[in-house]
Amino acid sequence: MTATATAAAPNLRRSLPWLAAGLGLVIAPHAFHLPPWVTAVVVACAGARLLLARQGRRPPGRWLRALAVVTGVSGIYLGYDTLLGLHAGVALLCLLMGLKLLELRGSRDIVVLVVFGYFLTATQFLFNDSLLMAAYMLAAVWALTALLIALQDRTAADRPWRYGRLAAAMLGQSLPVMLILFVLFPRIPGPLWGMPDDAYAGMTGLSDEMTPGAISQLGRSDEVALRVEFDDAPPAYPRRYWRGPVLARYDGRSWRRAGDSAPAAGDASRLVSTRAPTDYTVTLEPHNQRWLLALDMPVEAGRGSRAPRGGYLQASGPVRERIRYDASSVIAYRLGTGLTRKQQAYYTDLPDGAHPRTRQLASRWRAQTGSDRALVEHGLRHFRREPFHYTLQPPRLDGDTTDAFLFDTRSGFCEHYAGAFAVLMRAAGIPARVVTGYMGGRMNPAGDYMIVRQSDAHAWVEVWLDDRGWLRVDPTAYVAPERVERGLAGALPDGEAGPGAAVGAGGLLQRLHLQWDAVNAYWHRWVLAYGPSLQQQLLQQLRLDSWPRLALALAAGIALTLAALTFSLLRRDRPLPPDPAAAAWGEFCRLLARRGLPRAPDEGPRDYARRAARRWPRDADAIDTVATRYEIARYGRGGVGAAEVRALRQAVRAFRSNSPVSRKGRSSSGKR
Amino acid sequence: MRVRPGHLLRQWMDRRAVRGARVALVYRTIFILPTRTGLLFTAVVIAVWLGAVNYNNNMAFLLCFLLAGFALTSMVHTFRNLLGLRLTAGNAEPVFAGDTAAFPVHVENPAARVRTGVAVGTTPPDSATMNLPAADATTCMVEVPAGARGILPLPVLVVATAFPGGLFRAWARVRLEAECLVRPAPEPAPVPEPPGTPSPGSGSSNRPGEDDFGGLRPYQPGDPLRRVAWHTLARGDGLQTKQFTGEAPDRTWLDDEALLDLPVEPRLARLCRWILDAENAGYAYGLRLRGRTIPPGNGSRHAARCLDALARFPQ
Repeated sequence: MTATATAAAPNLRRSLPWLAAGLGLVIAPHAFHLPPWVTAVVVACAGARLLLARQGRRPPGRWLRALAVVTGVSGIYLGYDTLLGLHAGVALLCLLMGLKLLELRGSRDIVVLVVFGYFLTATQFLFNDSLLMAAYMLAAVWALTALLIALQDRTAADRPWRYGRLAAAMLGQSLPVMLILFVLFPRIPGPLWGMPDDAYAGMTGLSDEMTPGAISQLGRSDEVALRVEFDDAPPAYPRRYWRGPVLARYDGRSWRRAGDSAPAAGDASRLVSTRAPTDYTVTLEPHNQRWLLALDMPVEAGRGSRAPRGGYLQASGPVRERIRYDASSVIAYRLGTGLTRKQQAYYTDLPDGAHPRTRQLASRWRAQTGSDRALVEHGLRHFRREPFHYTLQPPRLDGDTTDAFLFDTRSGFCEHYAGAFAVLMRAAGIPARVVTGYMGGRMNPAGDYMIVRQSDAHAWVEVWLDDRGWLRVDPTAYVAPERVERGLAGALPDGEAGPGAAVGAGGLLQRLHLQWDAVNAYWHRWVLAYGPSLQQQLLQQLRLDSWPRLALALAAGIALTLAALTFSLLRRDRPLPPDPAAAAWGEFCRLLARRGLPRAPDEGPRDYARRAARRWPRDADAIDTVATRYEIARYGRGGVGAAEVRALRQAVRAFRSNSPVSRKGRSSSGKR
Repeated sequence: MRVRPGHLLRQWMDRRAVRGARVALVYRTIFILPTRTGLLFTAVVIAVWLGAVNYNNNMAFLLCFLLAGFALTSMVHTFRNLLGLRLTAGNAEPVFAGDTAAFPVHVENPAARVRTGVAVGTTPPDSATMNLPAADATTCMVEVPAGARGILPLPVLVVATAFPGGLFRAWARVRLEAECLVRPAPEPAPVPEPPGTPSPGSGSSNRPGEDDFGGLRPYQPGDPLRRVAWHTLARGDGLQTKQFTGEAPDRTWLDDEALLDLPVEPRLARLCRWILDAENAGYAYGLRLRGRTIPPGNGSRHAARCLDALARFPQ
């Protein structure tokens, strides 16, 4: 058969929809954070190009395209004030790919778009690295790869699905190399260049400043803050205080983290545990802050953290990746043995002239009670005595916020109560500070670990009692005891909706949600947590901690994998076992060849049999039978049947054993 | 003359080309290098890696390493797309110098899978690819411009593929034993007539022209087809040849002795023109060429014999 080499470019008109669909898969998730006009332009470009192709018209001219690029780039610059940040960069890339689609001319352009499509896939992971997104993006990569392969087949550029299986097989065959590289390829602790300001904009969590309203914002978020696996039984619900930053600087409105100039409280060194510590492992979601969370009160924490200082665990840098650490906490403890005069002054500092009504109330309490301890208890009970409300939607506070809250609005979220109580205590001369963190957390029955969500964010107060050290007091517990016993959902007034998972417990949807969270937790634990530090540990265990050894192991691993792939692929290419009919015919031909009549390479069975029959007329019948049966078995209608092959074999055997030619052949070969 | 390194490389590779009547592509004959697309792909993989390091994003690392793995896998697949192919070539039909010779090249794919996107040609053939069906042979025509008269061997062929990923291009250079007779390009008309041409002007004045029909005689091999009396054949009277009255003995000798004042190639070009003209005019002609003699005759086979003798004339 003759194949005419098809030199024509792939039918652009027909491969375009596939390209548009493949790129659409990649760009679609970006639409959530792209400015709407960029998405609109990309969709419009794709639509216009498809329309032009359908009508057989050429793409717009060079000047129009240049104008579109300049306009688009300026638009993005105006929108983001830069072209370099993560968001601006992705928007720019999407926009340029859309415009490139518009001017698409040949298969080369398609290839370029496909390759940039891979890059766009990677950028998506900077916004969302959940397991679901990974699966979706794998599908997108698969589609792009099928298109890339189909482009090499001039007859199928418009039918990439033909190569879907090959693309899947090749991606599957790439997995071993991927795993080797993932585990062994040296991880450099980033970042390599100055991070754009918006790099971690998507991360939520506590901040190092507490103003009224800050935590109630978090309270609406259903996102996971941390997951905890306990070595033994987890502590009871009311003891699940997850300690975050300690805020001790107060300016009349906001509580801030103590700076380095703050007098050291020497907390950790003075920690006296009254019970055996609880051991657990935390998987912390990135929050771009320099602290770690641990159960109140941490005594020890694993790698990547410094010893507790200022009353909380500090990370060695902003937590920008999901990290895991072991920690050990004591639930019942005494903290600190004495405050210096300087510390005393620091923790009772209030801005001059602020909160006159609050100060009045505090001095009244001081007059009514005999000791610091009694004053603290009196103050806490105040929140129960008076009509205070616990709500996620507190009214706006004007003027002196603490006074307005304590005496006018009287409704607020935990940060209002904690802040106001700390001010009251300081006004009464008792050292006090605000601690933020999370309160609560629920075990996930599907995975035997605890989930602490952003909606569990909480703020409480520590007061200094000379005979007791720093004492945790939680004014919220006096306003809404349900909050610290069962969680946010039970504490909110009727008709006020909390976040999704905090409401409605026990439904099927929530069980599925928890199952999914368990799968995600394993994904985080085993895949996403792998970073430079874990790699370092693993390489030390594998004794690959020197560069030459590591390089050798990498090269050897990849070479072996490729060799195995090559071997298994080439095994499939071994010549097929000969067709049984052809084998029998081959035997017949060898018989005749031994007798001096080899088959000419271009001779068909019919011609060869005729020639043989002329040479040995006495065997003409037998020879003819073999040839006929061979033709039936090989070329007969309906393919080769076992019966036909058997008949052919019989004929060959009969010819070999019975024909006089064979005896003559043997004698002639004997003479030779 | 300056020697260009590219030229030297090409020469070296041509010397390394596998030779034979039938060439199978084995490991050592196949070269493989990344394409421009492959380099772009590599750049994107590196960009993804940089992003992954910078943002410490394990998913981006996974994608980067998956793509790197895909590139390596695709290298194996591309190599395998050529491995095991067998090539044979047939001689091309003779052509005139300046024309294009078309060599039939048979590409046999013994494997039980289709080989997609394989190109065969004399220069790196990137655009014209074919799909070779499983366990079958495919014939493609390789066109080679026939420059000078003589015997044109099939030049070194490049068998190449970039399938499946287009990231790598695997190729093999093979020198198949096949040739094409290149006949001299006929000298452009008008040319002097060969001596002793039976033409209307050269015979006796009263000799009638070809239009004067003189009767029929039985067809003999070698009679020009234009003299065959087709109407009698159509009547079923067998092949007859028309004869014309007073016709001179319609045969002549084309002799290179008559052209010795011309250099070899122009002489052959003149002879070529004479042969074509004689064949066209329909009279019998013979060829004498430096000791070789082709007795007079007529018809396409005769013409081909004469022209091939010109083609084979020593340089």
